Amino acid sequence: MNSEILGVLLMYLLVVLLAIPLGRYIGKIFNYEPTWLDRLFNPIDNLFFKLSGINPKTEMTWKQHAIALLTINFIWFLICMLILTNMSNLPLNPDNNPSMSGDLAFNTAVSFVTNTNLQHYSGESGLSYLGQLILMLWQFISAGTGIAICAVVFAAMQSRTVATLGNFYSFFVRSCTRILFPIAVIVAITLVFNGVPMTFAGKDTITTLQGDTVMVSRGPVAGFVAIKQIGTNGGGFFGPNSAHPFENPNYFTNVVETVSISLIPIAMIFALGYVLKRKKLANVIFGVMTAGFLLLCIPSIMNEMQGNKAIENMGIAQNMGSMEGKEVRFGSAASAYWAITTTTTSNGSVNSMHDSMTPLTGMYALLGMMVNSFYGGVGVGFLNFYIFIILAVFISGLMVGRTPEFLGKKIEAKEMKIAMVIALLHPLLILTGTALASFLYIQNPEAYSSWLANPGNHGFSEMLYEFTSSSANNGSGFEGLGDNTPFWNIACGIVMLLARYLPIIGPVAIAGILAGKKYIPESAGTLKTDTSTFGLMVFAVMAIVAALAFFPALTLGPIAEYFSLIN
Amino acid sequence: MANKSSLFQKSLLQSAIKQSVVKLNPKLMFRNPVMFTVEIGTAIMLGVCIWILSGNTTQGSFMYNFIVFLVLLATLLFANFAEAIAEARGKAQADSLRKTREETPAKKVAEVGKIYSHQVDIIPSSQLKKGDLFFCEAGDIIPSDGEIIEGLATIDESAITGESAPVIREAGGDKSSVTGGTKVLSDAITVRVTTEQGESFLDKMIALVEGASRQKTPNEIALTILLAGFTLVFIIVTITLKPFADYANTPITIAAFIALFVCLIPTTIGGLLSAIGIAGMDRALRANVITKSGRAVETAGDIDVLLLDKTGTITIGNRKATHFYPANSIDEKHFIRCVALSSISDDTPEGKSIIELAGLQPQQLSIINPRFIKFTAETRCSGVDFENIRIRKGASDAIKNLCEQAGNKFPEETAAHVHTISANGGTPLVVAENEKIIGVIELQDIIKPGIHERFERLRKMGIKTVMVTGDNPLTAKFIAEKAGVDDFIAEAKPEDKMNYIKKEQAEGRLVAMMGDGTNDAPALAQADVGVAMNSGTQAAKEAGNMVDLDNDPTKLIEVVEIGKQLLMTRGTLTTFSIANDVAKYFAIIPALFIVGIPSLQGLNIMQLHSPESAILSAVIFNAIIIPLLIPLALKGVAYKPIGASALLRRNLLIYGLGGVLVPFVGIKLIDLFVALFI
Repeated sequence: MNSEILGVLLMYLLVVLLAIPLGRYIGKIFNYEPTWLDRLFNPIDNLFFKLSGINPKTEMTWKQHAIALLTINFIWFLICMLILTNMSNLPLNPDNNPSMSGDLAFNTAVSFVTNTNLQHYSGESGLSYLGQLILMLWQFISAGTGIAICAVVFAAMQSRTVATLGNFYSFFVRSCTRILFPIAVIVAITLVFNGVPMTFAGKDTITTLQGDTVMVSRGPVAGFVAIKQIGTNGGGFFGPNSAHPFENPNYFTNVVETVSISLIPIAMIFALGYVLKRKKLANVIFGVMTAGFLLLCIPSIMNEMQGNKAIENMGIAQNMGSMEGKEVRFGSAASAYWAITTTTTSNGSVNSMHDSMTPLTGMYALLGMMVNSFYGGVGVGFLNFYIFIILAVFISGLMVGRTPEFLGKKIEAKEMKIAMVIALLHPLLILTGTALASFLYIQNPEAYSSWLANPGNHGFSEMLYEFTSSSANNGSGFEGLGDNTPFWNIACGIVMLLARYLPIIGPVAIAGILAGKKYIPESAGTLKTDTSTFGLMVFAVMAIVAALAFFPALTLGPIAEYFSLIN
Repeated sequence: MANKSSLFQKSLLQSAIKQSVVKLNPKLMFRNPVMFTVEIGTAIMLGVCIWILSGNTTQGSFMYNFIVFLVLLATLLFANFAEAIAEARGKAQADSLRKTREETPAKKVAEVGKIYSHQVDIIPSSQLKKGDLFFCEAGDIIPSDGEIIEGLATIDESAITGESAPVIREAGGDKSSVTGGTKVLSDAITVRVTTEQGESFLDKMIALVEGASRQKTPNEIALTILLAGFTLVFIIVTITLKPFADYANTPITIAAFIALFVCLIPTTIGGLLSAIGIAGMDRALRANVITKSGRAVETAGDIDVLLLDKTGTITIGNRKATHFYPANSIDEKHFIRCVALSSISDDTPEGKSIIELAGLQPQQLSIINPRFIKFTAETRCSGVDFENIRIRKGASDAIKNLCEQAGNKFPEETAAHVHTISANGGTPLVVAENEKIIGVIELQDIIKPGIHERFERLRKMGIKTVMVTGDNPLTAKFIAEKAGVDDFIAEAKPEDKMNYIKKEQAEGRLVAMMGDGTNDAPALAQADVGVAMNSGTQAAKEAGNMVDLDNDPTKLIEVVEIGKQLLMTRGTLTTFSIANDVAKYFAIIPALFIVGIPSLQGLNIMQLHSPESAILSAVIFNAIIIPLLIPLALKGVAYKPIGASALLRRNLLIYGLGGVLVPFVGIKLIDLFVALFI
């Protein structure tokens, strides 16, 4: 038992120790300071710009950044749709897998462009290798988009009045080539050496000890898993994701993959400190995020290690903890740790089945996605947090008797309007989506009986989880939900789109507007945002906004299930 | 207790109660999105009550629904009452000022070219127009605001300022303004009317308080957006709960839905928001400051830089003579007599203080055929000639020139005295007899007692104080250090103030200043908060955005605190309101589902009696917290200059943590009471 906890502690320690220097490195990249990788990447970057005819030195306003982001994302979406619906006629399809249906391709294309990677298909049978490669590339692209737009917000947070905020394409290319690519290579090589396949050959045939012949799917897995982990993507090569032995063969690869999940999200916070030369602010943000993360993580690990009462009553010993839906090679603690890490960071890869977690752990996973900024997705995690900062600055600014200001810029009606819309969006999408699903289900339980593997409170959690995961651009599934139907494909697709782009445009707009405002120097009356008191305030705002909006829904799902379990 | 009675006087209460019903009009309610949704909820509950009376049985008993309806109605009335009482208080305050300007006879004077006829028409003050002239002599009440164009008078302004000491107002200069309703005690003046009837600052202020012209301030708008956002979240939460509950097979009554919604939206701050804004202006008025807009009060809370005139603000009135330093060879008595003689006809406060310090008998100062030399900007000295003696006193370099031209030397010890006096913040006046230096007079500024502490307080608020003075930099520096101001503008010309303000504003700071002269008008207009003194010129009063009736230069400090209080009251009550939701959830959510999912009893941590009593307790708590907080909303949250972070910590603890805990206790107590009846 203790070694399990030790393992978890070491994983956390390792990721923080790696994130600090990485944050510095990312900060240098955004500041265009020289790094030792320049010699390798400068020619590559220049080649990209030469081929595309883009001048990476053109300065952009926040609106131009938003337009650039939306345009290229739309084009990527179209390409992705085109390939997914025509895979059977295209090369690299040794297993002769079929093309996707229109609604599934829409859902999958949206899912990968938005960095959600919700998968309503199973990679073994649902995709050709070309499809997998395209999705792998898209995992780079969507992660790079998030990091690049975060760099734009960093640029806007400078202590002076600025109209333009650098060049989006330049930030994007640098994010892909200098941050994501090198780390992905390191992770992929590590995985290959531990037995993860990396091949373009089709299914292998083996004969088991019983003498049966089994077809085993394989493919370019290592590269796929690497970017899925580090880009907070989470789209697995195989259906079971990192619970599959070819994606995550042993405890060591599990450590590597777990660390990869939150490495860049945490490093982005330290990068903020480096870019803005506000180390203290970065530390406060890191502290708030860590507090939230630990509050979800620690009880989850405890719950899972304690085991499931109901199963114990059936006479099955729970001394390894609650092992239903978990892999024996990882154990209950590392699985719970992964579950919270993947949901708080909007990654969405899994190494165990969240459907089988004890009810409260399921709730903590849900909460992680509902807040969606305890580290959060690469780049976008900070953007979500930024909205909470704006709300906290506003309320606490009033509380100290001064027109609220953040980093020397006044927060006024326009910024509040945007911040409020973005803060509203997440509950709106999750609750109305779940409400719509519930409504349809109760209208005609027979017709929709294939949706829910378990009716009652758990079934409700399954629906709530699916929409939460889509809206958080997380992509993990509670499973147990029959989700490859036109309703779920289209509804979740729309939710993912809105939940991806509006929360990107909102913070960029606020930061852009603030950047153009007059800079007010700090005085003794100014509320300092790099103090623990303010950190507490932000935490309270996050807790209240998430808890208040979702409390009734959580009550009918995991909380009701929990109370019925202990009674 | 005295304070309490002034908060809720009987006559005020009556008009406020009447107003709270009038304000139920949805058209008026629409201005406040939070309370407007409560009104819709109340209307729905009324419909439910009628529905039950006409035979529906699914919504629970009539009594229960009717009580929910009544409590919601009470919530609305309480919120309206808060606004109405704030308005009534402001109006009462303004009315008492207005009373002073009731119909009074005006002695109108006809203007004939550049002279005035001495024929006086007596007309009612309401018929005076802008530009008219009127005449006032001892015993008259001044009929309208105006500017003295001829004469000088002592005036009793106690009706406006509450200060009983009479003040002198005279034509020309910066003390030429008179206010309607004040009384002339001596002498006579001719005054030109400067404002149309009904357009004086006071009239504007009354309109502001009465709400006719009240506009939301930028902060108020931003806060309304925040509150509207929270309201929208809970609309979503409540509406989506219907299919959730259907899925879970736990039907929820309409009363429960409405109760959940009304409890969750920030009604506490929503109900008190406009009252807080009006109360801010009331407090300013109570401090005898007339504001031209609510925005000005709010801006005052954000001030970074405060420009203060040295004279009258930092130092008491004028400089006083404190020491005589005769030159080495001169007899002290002779020196003092010469000094006193040179000041006999000097009417300036400095001159008078010299006579005072000399302390000589009048007969010692009798001289034959004196010829007094007046101070001019050119000679920069004054004095007296009699017999063969020429005594001059003045600025050291002016006297030095005078003596050196006559071939006399400027003694070294005098030069040393001059330097020491300057360095100590004093002003040296050098005295010469027949172009020979005989000594130096030291004039000193007396710094107001307690001013150092006030500046310290301002510094802790994060406000930089700047002293504006005509003194030379050396003197200015000394006084600045002694008084504890952060910066100073020495040898200030009117445009220096303006430039300083512009410079600070360009760096993003907000600047406040106080002024009275016509010279000050451009700077008052440029400053973010310009407080004109009521005694100041019309131009100054037009240019500023506040007028101080007391003419108290330190009033700015109070105005800043009122502005800060205003924002803080809004912020803390918002926090309190939202923090309340935690407890309300724990009261209502179990009540909603407990019938369908009995195991959720575990969530009923307050052990409330029954679902109905839980819901009633929550809405009752939600309603009565509004009147309970009215006194706080009207008085404002106390401002303490302890630094922003400490202040946030303090308010977060009181209103945040308090906001979480108080409703747990309150709802439980109400439930114990409600349980007695159901």
